[in-house]
Amino acid sequence: MKQFVFHNLAKIGPLVGLIFIAIILGILSENFFTLSNILNLFRQVSVNALIAFGMTFVILTAGIDLSVGSILALGSALTAGLLTSGMDPVLAVVVGLLIGFVLGAVNGLIITKGKVAPFIATLATMTVYRGATLVYTDGRPITGLSDSFTFEMIGKGYVFGVPFPAVLMLLIFVLLFFLLHNTVFGRQVYAVGGNEEASTLSGIKADRVKIWVYSLTGMLSVLAGIIITSRLNSAQPTAGSMYELDAIAAVVIGGTSLAGGRGRIVGTLIGALIIGVIDNGLNLLNVSSFYQQIVKGGVILLAVLLDRKSK
Amino acid sequence: MLQNVQLEVRRGEIHALMGENGAGKSTLVKVLTGIHQRDNGVIKINGQEVIFSNPKQAEEKGIIVIHQELNIIPYLTVTQNMFLGKDLTYGKTGILNKKEMRNKTEQNLRRLGVKNIHPDDIAGDLSVGKQQMIEIARALATNAELIVMDEPTAALTDREIKSLFEVVDSLKEQGVSIIYISHRMEEIFEICDRITVLRDGQYIGTENIADTSFQAIVKMMVGRELGERFPERDTMIGDIVLEIENLEKTGLFKNIGFHVKEGEILGVAGLMGAGRTEIMETIFGFRKKDNGMIKMHGEPLSINHPSDAVKAGIGFISEDRKTKGLVIDTSIRKNIALTNLKTISNKGMITQSKEKKLVDELIQRLHIRTTGGEQEVKSLSGGNQQKVVIAKWLGIQPKVLILDEPTRGVDVGAKKEIYTIMNQLTKSGVAIIMISSELPEVLGVSDRIMVIHEGKISDVFKRSEADQEKIMTAATGGVKS
Repeated sequence: MKQFVFHNLAKIGPLVGLIFIAIILGILSENFFTLSNILNLFRQVSVNALIAFGMTFVILTAGIDLSVGSILALGSALTAGLLTSGMDPVLAVVVGLLIGFVLGAVNGLIITKGKVAPFIATLATMTVYRGATLVYTDGRPITGLSDSFTFEMIGKGYVFGVPFPAVLMLLIFVLLFFLLHNTVFGRQVYAVGGNEEASTLSGIKADRVKIWVYSLTGMLSVLAGIIITSRLNSAQPTAGSMYELDAIAAVVIGGTSLAGGRGRIVGTLIGALIIGVIDNGLNLLNVSSFYQQIVKGGVILLAVLLDRKSK
Repeated sequence: MLQNVQLEVRRGEIHALMGENGAGKSTLVKVLTGIHQRDNGVIKINGQEVIFSNPKQAEEKGIIVIHQELNIIPYLTVTQNMFLGKDLTYGKTGILNKKEMRNKTEQNLRRLGVKNIHPDDIAGDLSVGKQQMIEIARALATNAELIVMDEPTAALTDREIKSLFEVVDSLKEQGVSIIYISHRMEEIFEICDRITVLRDGQYIGTENIADTSFQAIVKMMVGRELGERFPERDTMIGDIVLEIENLEKTGLFKNIGFHVKEGEILGVAGLMGAGRTEIMETIFGFRKKDNGMIKMHGEPLSINHPSDAVKAGIGFISEDRKTKGLVIDTSIRKNIALTNLKTISNKGMITQSKEKKLVDELIQRLHIRTTGGEQEVKSLSGGNQQKVVIAKWLGIQPKVLILDEPTRGVDVGAKKEIYTIMNQLTKSGVAIIMISSELPEVLGVSDRIMVIHEGKISDVFKRSEADQEKIMTAATGGVKS
């Protein structure tokens, strides 16, 4: 019985934490629980959440991807470049996503075929991709992208009053949830992270699984980047720097084990919301951004400590 | 977990502690060394009652446990490992007295009669057998009076086992008592003086080894007559299924050619490190071959990855089920599903009803004792874990099943069940290749026996022609007589 309670506490822990933090912020700030703020919050969260979804897959395979922020920047810059050259916005976005896919696949190939530890491999590509972005943009923002309705919709649009990025993020969440829990691929992700050797000996192509998760993460990172680009109507060469940390934090707060094989994407969504709620709430309370970092770090630590306790 | 258990060990006695997995041996040891607290009862050392609340206290009173998983840090030297956590220093300065530690290490190794371990060797470079010697020497350094050895021979080669037994004998002469936990009946009869048997947490009895028999002990352990140790084999052997020609992996093995037929069990004997596992892993595509041909029903197979072997209908049960056979932190269901993802899915999507049906069927067919498919495999006994590994492969309906040490760390009852499963499989036409280091098992189960010595096939026997001596001769590279 005790075990049962603890087992489920581990599952709902992040959700309880989210509600707890939200209630406190609700008490402290009367603006917190307004519809417009909640919608705003979801829009703000969508960028980190999308990256963190990919990161969840990567971490489930016992990997890590530090290059997500750089992929975001490079993918966005290239997409912006295509837009300024007059390419059809839909096509430009698709090409941008493919670029993200390829950049992620390169990570995967280095890790699997080159047998480089994910931390090192993506640390290197993080730098390389960022450098490539600076070279391509010459260190300056790319502006004057497109006045097409479609492209503006991605970052600024609303669907029945809900910000489009939030809708997109939730749709992709549902898709990825299904992918992880109901498909052969999802099963393989967990298996490879749980025990790569046993998985390989069971006939699973572990390398292929890993290349796919990094590719997926690359693509989601660029999607997050396109949301930012659309919102700002410009691509910044420094966009997405340090985003890997928020993404990893969301995954970890959500209860996914860095050792791989254990975790849930629902947890990541909640983790991203927790980070978003803290940012948003502290802003409403006019807390300086310096203090915000301390609070955020504290919450990450607390989440992990509580998770440890419940195991 | 334990009830009314009694155990008496005399000075200088080697006392076997036996029982099936889950009988309470480990729990008893944990209570004895203060890891678990007893609810009732008395522990006495030299007539004096003791209460331990942690292993350190037990150690101070001379009780040391040598676990199956050795407590050796591979990057440190033998000396550093010997004095782990109790380094000798010059007074209270915190400066290490390396010379003294090195001398003491040498002394203790000499006391064990071990010659080929140097105090400055890096522990990780030594064989498992030698690492174990370090642990035993460490126990001696703390003036151990009672050493508990948990499955000490599980990972040792025959030669290492021999030297372990010599060490154990010399410890005995020096008045050290030993509680010896093992599943290997032959060993118990070879070196132990008395035996205590537990079953389901209960004390069953203590016997003098000289006055008891294999059958009697098995009966004490399982609570019923088990009958013959190896079930009768009366399988019809058919055509050649798998044929290996001239298989080679530089530095590991070469010139490997053999075949296995429908319904046949081919036993593979040899010393540890002879290359048996490597040969099978290469056939299965887990290692890349440098040369050679693998044929199935006369057709050449191209195997570059285990997935190719699985597709061809080859299953592989690894010798190390925890690291190579199972995803240990997850459920029986997900483990069984791993090899059967194709059968239980449709266009990449898992059909949960199909998965559940397959898993339930296999749990029943193999009599896996569990609360259900959702139970985590790490909470199962060794025998039941092994059955889960076998279940994984039955789902693909293999034509060839390679089993590497299928009964290692498995208790007597479950061993027989595994033999019976193997027999049933061969009856339905499956060809089985079984690597085993236990000679009685190889002789009791196989139809033919292939012996590997230093990466080459040194001999092949029919079951009727083979005996332990012939196999050992071939395995050690001796000349055919």
